[in-house]
Amino acid sequence: MIEQKHTITEIAVTDLLKKTGECHEKGHRLVQIGCTPLGDCYEINYTFTTSWDFESLRITVNDGDKIPSISGIYWGAFIYENEIHDLFGLTVTDINVDFQGHLIETRIPSPFKNAPPVTKVKKGGDA
Amino acid sequence: MGNQIVVPFGPQHPVLPEPIHLDLVLEDERVVEAVPTIGYVHRGLEKLVEKRDYKDYVLIAERICGICSFTHSVTYCNAIERIMGIEVPARAQFIRTIWMEYSRMHSHLLWLGLTADAMGFENLFMNAWRLREEILDDMEATTGGRVIQGSCKVGGIRRDISDDKLGEMVDHLKKIRPLLEESNRIFTHDQTVRHRMRGLGVLSKEDAWDLGAVGPTARGSGCDMDVRSSGYSAYGELGFKPVVFTHGDCLDRCLVRSEEVLAAVDLVERAVAKMPDGPIEEKVKGNPDGEYFAFSEQPRGECMHYIKANGKKNIVRHRVRTPTLTNIPPLVKMLEGIEMADVPVVVLTIDPCIGCAER
Amino acid sequence: MQIFTMTKRALANLVGKPATLMYPATPAKQYEISRGHVIIAIEDCIYCGNCQRHCVSQAIVVDREARTWEIDRLRCIICGVCAEVCPKDCIFMEPDYPPSTTGTAMEFVQGPPAPPKAEKKPKAEE
Ligand code: SF4
Ligand code: SF4
Repeated sequence: MIEQKHTITEIAVTDLLKKTGECHEKGHRLVQIGCTPLGDCYEINYTFTTSWDFESLRITVNDGDKIPSISGIYWGAFIYENEIHDLFGLTVTDINVDFQGHLIETRIPSPFKNAPPVTKVKKGGDA
Repeated sequence: MGNQIVVPFGPQHPVLPEPIHLDLVLEDERVVEAVPTIGYVHRGLEKLVEKRDYKDYVLIAERICGICSFTHSVTYCNAIERIMGIEVPARAQFIRTIWMEYSRMHSHLLWLGLTADAMGFENLFMNAWRLREEILDDMEATTGGRVIQGSCKVGGIRRDISDDKLGEMVDHLKKIRPLLEESNRIFTHDQTVRHRMRGLGVLSKEDAWDLGAVGPTARGSGCDMDVRSSGYSAYGELGFKPVVFTHGDCLDRCLVRSEEVLAAVDLVERAVAKMPDGPIEEKVKGNPDGEYFAFSEQPRGECMHYIKANGKKNIVRHRVRTPTLTNIPPLVKMLEGIEMADVPVVVLTIDPCIGCAER
Repeated sequence: MQIFTMTKRALANLVGKPATLMYPATPAKQYEISRGHVIIAIEDCIYCGNCQRHCVSQAIVVDREARTWEIDRLRCIICGVCAEVCPKDCIFMEPDYPPSTTGTAMEFVQGPPAPPKAEKKPKAEE
């Protein structure tokens, strides 16, 4: 079984735009942006690739930090950045298509940050 | 310059099987801008991973999507197996590959049917779904489920396929192959189909790459991008070649899929011919500790499962990047400049699965 | 020739059987390993609760004291994990689907009273 290689580089938030620009110049495509909540902080992975050797840039942010948007470099990044904003309540500045929290319509704001109250459903459901 | 009006499109729409909402900014009949909204079917499956045993979660991972179900469970298992350093036996890898190709066939046939239906070509729709039923029969006979297989588990598979059954499956595929070729011929040559889809919703190769299109959407635009070429599971040993078309319009995205059905038949035949003997699962002990990005090619495109675990029986974070989510920006680009009446067909050609886009 | 391809197909459709089944008059297709619904052979159950712990949709409730085993059929996703983890192999998957319902579909299985021997034995060992 051949494995897909993956390198993860930890970078500072301020370097994000520069490093992303470098990736774009190398002809990488944006694979995904994903957020991992780690209790008190959040890890955000930006994954790029040209072939099957993936590269990830990782930034660590706290609640309330402002994350610069990379959608100026990769137009399609808006979908992930809005998702991060909608689900985790992090602020991403200057997104090209800013949905203002309306990409994923949730009843509870940022449900992945503030765990919604659990409503117990009776056995047998309410059908 | 006409007046601009905004037409809401979806989430309930006669031709759209999926709850995606688009705000279409129209100038006369032409779309100038499309703004997508999702969030109607968010189920919080990613969050559920914190509450379930990682081994049982395979079944939930499988239910992220009702069509690419088996591939989701394999990708999840791949990630866990990589973190824990489990070597999956060769037979399990081959059988997983066979089932993945079966789900590709049935997904593509379903999609081809839906597209024919969206064009108003009801005969073709019935024909595609009749063929799909044959595939599903084999699927049910080997896994016990039609679309939700529940046959993958961490370290291997839950059910074996006997060699006799494998032979029968190949015979059956041989029998339906001419029928698949016939329906393929209709998609390639029929005037109705060509007229409706040629030159519609064009996505150039550069745009496809830059906006992160994946799967048939990217391959229809000439990007040679298929995770199967990286050789996960047993694909490395089957001599896999991606199907690539170059026009980037709706017809080519459609042809990629109809060709891939035949390619999948070939792959299954080759996998059965090379099927190794041996055990079908590896014992799994302990809990995962670490992180891994697992990629795989679903019927709809490249899918990623990211898992971060900390040695407990519940995983910390499971992120799924499904093909539809990343195909939305290319879709927005495709929609710009087309006629209002073409919107449903163009939306369909990225094979949207909003259920998996939101998890 | 286009017209001949079409004639062939039209004739085949005219003469051939319909591709669909008249469900429910004709029963749906089933295979040996089709997963339809879960049944339990309660006599063999030792009320260990393994099935309850591993059920992903929390459809099973096992009560050791009252010797009952309960399943909510609408919650059950028919995955077959319970059948796999049961140490006594007393849960089985049946290939036919449970009947449709508009209400709830709880199934309550009361086990036989504990055989007096089994009760005494552990005490004797202590
Ligand atoms: S089949 Fe699956 S969902 Fe149904 S009771 Fe058993 S473990 Fe639970
Ligand atoms: S796992 Fe088997 S023995 Fe244990 S409680 Fe469930 S049915 Fe009974």
